[in-house]
Amino acid sequence: MPGKLKAKIVAGRHLPVMDRASDLTDAFVEVKFGNTTFKTDVYPKSLNPQWNSEWFKFEVDDEDLQDEPLQITVLDHDTYSANDSIGKVYIDIDPLLCSEAATVISGWLPIYDTIHGIRGEINVLVKVDLFNDLNRFRQSSCGVKFFCTTSVPRCYRAVLVHGFVEELVVNEDPEYQWIDRIRTPRASNEARQRLIFLMSGELQRKIGLKVLEMGGNAVVGYLQCFDLEGESGLVVRAIGTACTLEKISTFPATATHPSNSSPSKDMKDSPQAAPSTLGCRSTHSSPVHSASSRLSQGFSVSVPTLLFAGMKPRHRSSEAPRARQCRPGFGEEAPGVPLSSGPPTPLRAQTFSSFSPSKSYSRQSSSSDTELSLTPKTVGIFQCPSTPALDSESSPLPSVHLPCHLRPVMSSRSTTPPLLHISQSDTAMLRKSVSFSEELMLAASGMGSGGSVGKEAGPLKALLRQQTQSALEQREYPFFTLTAFPPGFLLHVGGVVSARSVKLLDRIHNPALGNTRSYKLLDWNSFAADEPETRDAWWEEIRQEIKSHAKALGCHAVVGYSESTSICEEVCILSASGTAAILSSRFMQDGPPDTEHRLSRQPLCVFSTGSERVEGDMGSSASLGFEEVVSPGCGFCHIPYDELNIPFPAQLTYCYCCRRYKVPDVLFTTIDLPNEANVTGKGCLIQARLCRTKKKAQGEGNATAISSLLPFLEYELHTQLMNKLKLRSMNALFGLRIQISVGETMLLGIASATGVYLTALPSPGGIQIAGKTPSDITYEQHISTMQKKINDTIAKNKELHDINPPEVVEEIIGSPIPEPRQRSRLFRSHSESSDEVSELDLSHGKKDAFVLEIDDTDAVEDIHALLTDSPTPAGFYSCNTEIMPGIQNWTSAIQMFTSVRVFRLNANLTNQGLNKIFSDLCENLLKSLYFKLRSMVPCCLCHLNFTVAIPEDELIQVAVTAVAMSFDKEQPLENGKQSGEKTLIKAVTENDEQLQFNLELNAETSSSNPRSSPKGLSEVGSHLSARDRCSSWIEQLKLKAHTIRRGSVKTTSSLEKASPLPEGRSRSLRSDRSYSGSSVAVVKMTPLSFIPGAKIIKYLGIINMFFIRETSSLREEGGVSGFLHTFIAEVFAMVRAHVAALGGNAVVSYSMKECVFMENPNKNQAQCLINVSGDAVIFVRESELDSTLVQTQSATTHPSNGGEGT
Amino acid sequence: MSVELDVFVGNTTIMDKEVYQLWLNGYTVNDAVKVRIEGGVMEECEASAEVLLSDTMDQYRTFQMCERLLHHPAKLANQLLFQIPPDRQAMLIERYYAFDDLFVREVLGKKLSKGTKKDLDDVSTKTGITLKSCRRQFDNFKRVFKVVEELKGPLVENIRQHFLLPDQLARDYAAIVFFANNRFETGKKKLQYLTFQDFAFCAGQLINNWTLGAVDNMMEDMDVDLDKEFLQDLKDLKILITDKDLLDQHKSLVCTALRGKTNVYNEMEANFKNLSRGLVNIAAKLINAKDVRDFFIDLVEKFIEPCRSDKWTSIDMNLYLTHYTNSAHILDTFKHHAVWTRYMGVIKSCILRLYHD
Repeated sequence: MPGKLKAKIVAGRHLPVMDRASDLTDAFVEVKFGNTTFKTDVYPKSLNPQWNSEWFKFEVDDEDLQDEPLQITVLDHDTYSANDSIGKVYIDIDPLLCSEAATVISGWLPIYDTIHGIRGEINVLVKVDLFNDLNRFRQSSCGVKFFCTTSVPRCYRAVLVHGFVEELVVNEDPEYQWIDRIRTPRASNEARQRLIFLMSGELQRKIGLKVLEMGGNAVVGYLQCFDLEGESGLVVRAIGTACTLEKISTFPATATHPSNSSPSKDMKDSPQAAPSTLGCRSTHSSPVHSASSRLSQGFSVSVPTLLFAGMKPRHRSSEAPRARQCRPGFGEEAPGVPLSSGPPTPLRAQTFSSFSPSKSYSRQSSSSDTELSLTPKTVGIFQCPSTPALDSESSPLPSVHLPCHLRPVMSSRSTTPPLLHISQSDTAMLRKSVSFSEELMLAASGMGSGGSVGKEAGPLKALLRQQTQSALEQREYPFFTLTAFPPGFLLHVGGVVSARSVKLLDRIHNPALGNTRSYKLLDWNSFAADEPETRDAWWEEIRQEIKSHAKALGCHAVVGYSESTSICEEVCILSASGTAAILSSRFMQDGPPDTEHRLSRQPLCVFSTGSERVEGDMGSSASLGFEEVVSPGCGFCHIPYDELNIPFPAQLTYCYCCRRYKVPDVLFTTIDLPNEANVTGKGCLIQARLCRTKKKAQGEGNATAISSLLPFLEYELHTQLMNKLKLRSMNALFGLRIQISVGETMLLGIASATGVYLTALPSPGGIQIAGKTPSDITYEQHISTMQKKINDTIAKNKELHDINPPEVVEEIIGSPIPEPRQRSRLFRSHSESSDEVSELDLSHGKKDAFVLEIDDTDAVEDIHALLTDSPTPAGFYSCNTEIMPGIQNWTSAIQMFTSVRVFRLNANLTNQGLNKIFSDLCENLLKSLYFKLRSMVPCCLCHLNFTVAIPEDELIQVAVTAVAMSFDKEQPLENGKQSGEKTLIKAVTENDEQLQFNLELNAETSSSNPRSSPKGLSEVGSHLSARDRCSSWIEQLKLKAHTIRRGSVKTTSSLEKASPLPEGRSRSLRSDRSYSGSSVAVVKMTPLSFIPGAKIIKYLGIINMFFIRETSSLREEGGVSGFLHTFIAEVFAMVRAHVAALGGNAVVSYSMKECVFMENPNKNQAQCLINVSGDAVIFVRESELDSTLVQTQSATTHPSNGGEGT
Repeated sequence: MSVELDVFVGNTTIMDKEVYQLWLNGYTVNDAVKVRIEGGVMEECEASAEVLLSDTMDQYRTFQMCERLLHHPAKLANQLLFQIPPDRQAMLIERYYAFDDLFVREVLGKKLSKGTKKDLDDVSTKTGITLKSCRRQFDNFKRVFKVVEELKGPLVENIRQHFLLPDQLARDYAAIVFFANNRFETGKKKLQYLTFQDFAFCAGQLINNWTLGAVDNMMEDMDVDLDKEFLQDLKDLKILITDKDLLDQHKSLVCTALRGKTNVYNEMEANFKNLSRGLVNIAAKLINAKDVRDFFIDLVEKFIEPCRSDKWTSIDMNLYLTHYTNSAHILDTFKHHAVWTRYMGVIKSCILRLYHD
């Protein structure tokens, strides 16, 4: 699938003075892609050159398009000596390769130099023409969307969640090549930047390929990391969750979702909203998508496609009116699925058969033995594309049929459209349990082609029983990098599973690497056969361990999964962690997620016969024999493991919500708090910090020393977390992230999580202090004062976090339905596992109380440490999850920030001393943040992400990235009223908007006129309260200005084909006009997956940038702080500029993955590497959503507008 | 244990107005922290001195990084490094270019050269303004001066556009540039009672009426220089004092008009010739650059001081100058009406402004 990449260099501005004599610059630009280079003319003597170049065209393979960045180098022409480089711009063109993302990159991008930082800006235009070529041998994966967001992206819906994808590539680090000794650091830094760009491009492409093989079209929760292994090389690795996503067309989405300012509300509302969208959603889950996604191999895709091609119109016409609105979305999507159209079947099947043996994962094989199942599976599959009916007939034995189970499901899906006379629920049901002959008959009689479905469905039933197994347990790694899930997906949570392994890095032995100097990328996997100790094998080991841990917890999946490393010299700690969980199979095997679960019980009314059996069948298939109907607010807390065979010491009680299932006393997880969870009060950030000294050692000895220290470190962190949790009277941790960092003389551990009080879990007991020597009176006194202090703190914390006494909660929940309560009482007395929590609160000796024994100074220290955590100042809250439970009403004021601190320790500190220092360091950093952001009060620091490192002996580096979000402090009662009002407003505006839409459709020619929007705005505005209006108006105006500006740019860019020359002029004219304010578009950044008070209407692509900055005049640049401050600001600026160039106005799920800072004060030198990532998006303020919708819609009707109304 | 590195970078650049002012005022970080502690921000936000120090350092660094941009305020709007809301940008610029009246009085009319800059430490000790702040203000003057010196068109407008300053501040800068360019003497003891705003007002008058731009803004020349032709023409006014008849006639006309209307009539009558000579002589000499410099001294010495010793009120002054100007037009042999109006209009408003204690 070759493509044509086109780039045009328009102008430069704010260039540095390169010629001291004239104080000017003679600049020209080199545009390089792959091995092709173009040059612009020299624009003499100007700091604001206007090149206005022709279109430089690169005809390239799409594999290269994915791997390579477009390199733009700005140089100063010098007649006599070599041309001086001013700086470079790397443009990742990946967003342009996906039809749903950006269409053009156009804007001012900072010119970056590793020594001088940003040196002016350059205005470029980049486009890609991609030819649709479905060569099955291809190595590219264009069109697969990547998201850093660890939940289903806001304007998409998950059709299927395929599972874990991982990949890593290895190369030699240019910094450590022998050639480095004779070249400047600048040269090697630039080489490194370029190499990492290349490597991450390649990595992404490979992951994409895996996703395509699995049948997905997107990677969610994409986490890419660099391991700078020093001499042994450079590893770029990534993990993610392959999904099949479907775009929710903006219209029905906004119509049904009463969009509140609060995201949590938004999510909570969706289940209620869902039924109304059912029709529309099922339309979405068209067989085309599911076909291509379901059949991971992509071989039989053409069958349903062909079938469907004929059905499509019927399908549409028979849908409810609402479905009509979905069509644009659907139409958009179809071309985005590369497999949906293309060469005839035989070719594909052939391709596949050549493909599958090489596959390393076995998701599609249903047998547990991966290796063996591969071959028969391939055969079976090979048959099906050509003869789908035959396939079903030729499978009399379930065992034979097993490997194909995925496909039959598929086929049944593909034939659902014909059965349109049956309601959606029928088809959903049919898919689930087609085992009844009555149904089969019905289906068969309903549609001729349905017959084959029915026959196929015979073995299907058996399969459905174990669908979860087949979907999950058979996978090599049933892991999910997601931390938030579509409603109903997450059934139960077992607890945190983690694994660590200490490895010795040795030089990556690779003859191919040693010989070549070119940056040819090498896939480490391909050398796996020769090298037993590969990075891949290391991770495999860890993942297996995680998997077995999860199994021990009775769970078949791991969610919120992440991997990390810490490297010091030649020792490397690999860590992986996640949350063991049981997932609903519905996203695994088929269909529209929301419809199915709910509809599974509906067959009762449709089929009178065999309904009970259907019911039972559904229940077991949906959740593997676990309870089917649970309150969503507590269901996930119920233990997934066997009560009699608890994998760890835990006290089980009956769920305080439903009183039916057992729950543990404390729950730790790495995921975000499910939106539907019942929480009492507010949460807070809980952090455990630990420092442990270690002896300096080399090689093996060092690794052994570290290995032996790790368990203690982990245990102590856990204890600290538990203590702090109890101190805050909370009973669950979310978003737990434990980072262990290794240095030459110490190990650092930091565990951050958001503590909450889950209503479903028992109230945590207090903390009881016990002394070893009770005889001593003074000692006892000391203990009692300490006890008092702790009790006071607990009481204070309860108040601070609005945790009302659990008794009250119990009453409230219990009283409406007295029966279950009684029963629970009964149960309790029977089991004697726990008593009334209130009674035994702090009483010594009872199981529920948490006893701390003071037996030595260590324990005293621990307790002191417990008490030193200062409470957040008034008006502040903090958490490390996306949002704080218990807070709604977010305003649109957000402030993302990064803060970095490096501390120098004094030598010869004891463990206690170190701990204290480290703890203080983190506390002080938090205090500083609160102070900095005091103007935003009341506000919450969300997604507080701490990263610690030991850059050198006696140095501790802490980096924090988070977002501060303001909220309205209103009474919850008012909240309710407000949200009620808002929905009402929405309902009203919905009508308006639909009307407008229709009008726009009729008046197609005028629809692109952005001026039509203010009218819509004022209409919306009139519904809002006066205060809202004021603030939102300003926002609107700002955004409007932006909209118009962008709109105009679009128009020019579409015009320029006809007349390329005046383009530049008109552009400059426009920029003059909009000069009044700032000519720089505001780009918001947030580590969260959403923007409060706004709706993300489009994802433009992933932002993944890597920069190195160096200096040899550290003091002159303001010392280390000045240097890093500038660099971080520059990184932000470059991220913003690239997002703006893609047409976006925000980055969500932003994170700073790497911040490696090194200094050499003696030489006045410093160097820093930063790696950031996020998703570029376009968002619209909810207040003006309706008006922009009109625009977006009009834009889609007019493709010339580029589909980017904003 | 020591903090080696401590940075905070927000997507939207956080800037504290109070700290910005302290930075502009040239306080060191430690002094600024002291001021902030005294200001009570610590109690307000439950912060410690440590936190305050870190915040102040960080803000100072941000300001230092921004300073480069503030030198070309237009760049601030389309730079990419800092995301600063427009209202914040305006605040930054306005405050950066704001100056102390005390300081400006010290350098007003002086050549904006290296030599003057070297003397800033004296100014600093005299005014109590930190040397850092003095330097910033001086450099601002110089920068504005350099940019607008060569530009065509109205001075105030040029300053406003190039430095994005609010109107009043742009006018003040116009005055500073104008004074520096013409090197008006403002430092003499006799002029000490005058404020910068007095001078700025006069500068505005001069710019609006006596420069080439005042008559024809299409001209190549600029607002910063006085209209040479006009200065030449001013010499013709000498006839008002050299011609005895004209002088007497002028005096009688003014006296007639003022009789009974002022309490200082006698003093006025007695002094008329002196005063008139003073004013006309100033006019006649303005063609010499050296005398231009002494313009304000002359005004004060030749006119304001005599009147003040005679205890004229400003109402007296206004009456006198009105009639003095108007009467000249009635003189039959006096032909230079246009020049006279142009001259006296400015003189009158300047004197009225400068006539105070």
